[in-house]
Amino acid sequence: MTFFRNGTFRYVVGRLGQALLQLLGVVTIVFIILRLTGDPAQLLVPQNATADDIVRIRHQLGLDQPIWTQYLQYLGGIARGDFGFSYVQNRPALDLIGERLPYTVELAIAALLISVLVGIPIGMISAVNRKRFIGRASMVFVLIGQSMPAFWLGLLLILVFGVWLQVLPTSGAGSILAMILPAVTLASLSFATVARITRSSFLEQLNAEYVRTARSHGAGTGRVLFGHVLRNAAIPIVTLIGLEIASLLGGAVITETIFAWPGIGQLTVQSIDARDFPVVQAIVLFVAVVYIAANFVTDMLYSVIDPRVRLIAVEG
Amino acid sequence: MTNIQRNPQSTVALATMQMPGLNGSRWAKLRSMRAVLPFAVIIVLYIVLAAAPALFVGAPSLTSDLSARLLPPGTAHGGAVHLLGTDQLGRDVFNRLIYGTRVSLVIAFSAVVCSGIFGTALGVAAGVLRGATAAIIMRLTDIILSVPFFLLAILTVVALGPSLLNVVLCLTFVRWPRYTRVAYAQTLEAEGKEFVRSAQAIGARGMWIVWRYILPEVLPSVLVVGTLELGTMVIYEASLSFIGLGVQPPTPSWGAMLSDGREYIASAWWLTAFPGLALFLLVLSVNMLGDFVRDRLDPTERGRLQ
Repeated sequence: MTFFRNGTFRYVVGRLGQALLQLLGVVTIVFIILRLTGDPAQLLVPQNATADDIVRIRHQLGLDQPIWTQYLQYLGGIARGDFGFSYVQNRPALDLIGERLPYTVELAIAALLISVLVGIPIGMISAVNRKRFIGRASMVFVLIGQSMPAFWLGLLLILVFGVWLQVLPTSGAGSILAMILPAVTLASLSFATVARITRSSFLEQLNAEYVRTARSHGAGTGRVLFGHVLRNAAIPIVTLIGLEIASLLGGAVITETIFAWPGIGQLTVQSIDARDFPVVQAIVLFVAVVYIAANFVTDMLYSVIDPRVRLIAVEG
Repeated sequence: MTNIQRNPQSTVALATMQMPGLNGSRWAKLRSMRAVLPFAVIIVLYIVLAAAPALFVGAPSLTSDLSARLLPPGTAHGGAVHLLGTDQLGRDVFNRLIYGTRVSLVIAFSAVVCSGIFGTALGVAAGVLRGATAAIIMRLTDIILSVPFFLLAILTVVALGPSLLNVVLCLTFVRWPRYTRVAYAQTLEAEGKEFVRSAQAIGARGMWIVWRYILPEVLPSVLVVGTLELGTMVIYEASLSFIGLGVQPPTPSWGAMLSDGREYIASAWWLTAFPGLALFLLVLSVNMLGDFVRDRLDPTERGRLQ
């Protein structure tokens, strides 16, 4: 079977091991951060808890046991899907995340669509017309997008479309209309990155031999760009988009707070305000797991699209 | 991102920066300098404001005056003109904006310097010592880079408690791996070079080689990362204080001002518009300068992301 012979199998296993190691590392770091800060029981209980509550929770969490036992118990809990317990809401933290997740995913997908549909054409335009006004203008647009803090953009959108023009809803979820402003705000985070990588990837390809060949065979600009260059330039773009999905999930904290969007970002801020730290901790772990998994899947896709990757990875 | 094979001449670009004709014509260089000049002026202005806010707006406006609350920009009240209006507690927005510059710049600079020094030291150490040390350090960077930054920052500040020092510590903790990766790659590249091997051959001591030959090769790239990071740190500080995890009131910070502005967005647009504009101008200027520094120091990576 070629699957085993050409190194793909070794590559997949090696990469999987790396992902698991990263997971273990993240869990360990979260454990250390919580233990470094003194008594986690103080941090984990609601503010109005009595001394008896704290003693009970300390025993329940095994905090009266040696640190190594605690660490192993913590690892074991996470392996079983136990991401902590919210004493404020009196429910497992993972349940709370599960309730909010669909909203965040919905928003992240919309934002990703916007940043791809805007970012890729702008990157292409600026690469092809590098020396002309339109190319420079589109790069200025990208730079402004990159420097615009998402929460200010969000507030400005509310001001213009919600307060002054009164054409779009500015809070809550429920309709496509309500999604427009938060999705645009969230997209501003990734659209600049997509545009920049598209631009540099296109610039690299435009100098390639095959472009000159295609041109000398009489292919028009449109055919060269969409028939040849886009396919070759797509690899780094696809990789980046994979990574952006995960970072949009994490980047939703501010956007969801501004637009009162009931996703995990809003849950994070609400949990901080309520001093519900087990939920904050669970969200960090959860998003890290998603992030590492997305990284892994992207790398796998990448090696399917471009066989050179797994060869380099195995031999180098 | 794929590893870019760097042009071996790029790292000496710093030393030969002033030589005409290295990166294209002298005219093109002058033109690109002229384009970045306004942004450099803006940054200098911000630094002056942060260093001596009292020269421009007098004492900090910390006490509330409820008779003067939510006055629109340009209103005169009690013998003073409120150029950018007042907030929900009757404090002068312009005054708070100027004092907020200090918090923003101090935190962003400190975070860049701390994570830069710490990250570079670890990266160079990994590159020089190789073996298990390098493996541990580089795996650690993988791990920290695999948690979305903002969430890790939130968790750290929540655990340590919000304060100026803790925000700097937490930003350092989440950002040092960026410098480590660059410093590591540059150290490996420098060690392969003729002059480092010559120094080793004549018996120079390890620390001397690192200080005299390797560090100068590593620093330009670290500097590029640092300038690009500065804008990100400004945004992070503002984002943390927006959700209440930055410096605590009554110390003014732009993020917290925007958070207040959000509550009064329907009635007082100036609470949202001006702190955001101050933030945006600073980040834009820093990013423009960062792009410029990268193009000067590292012509091979022009237009690239990292």
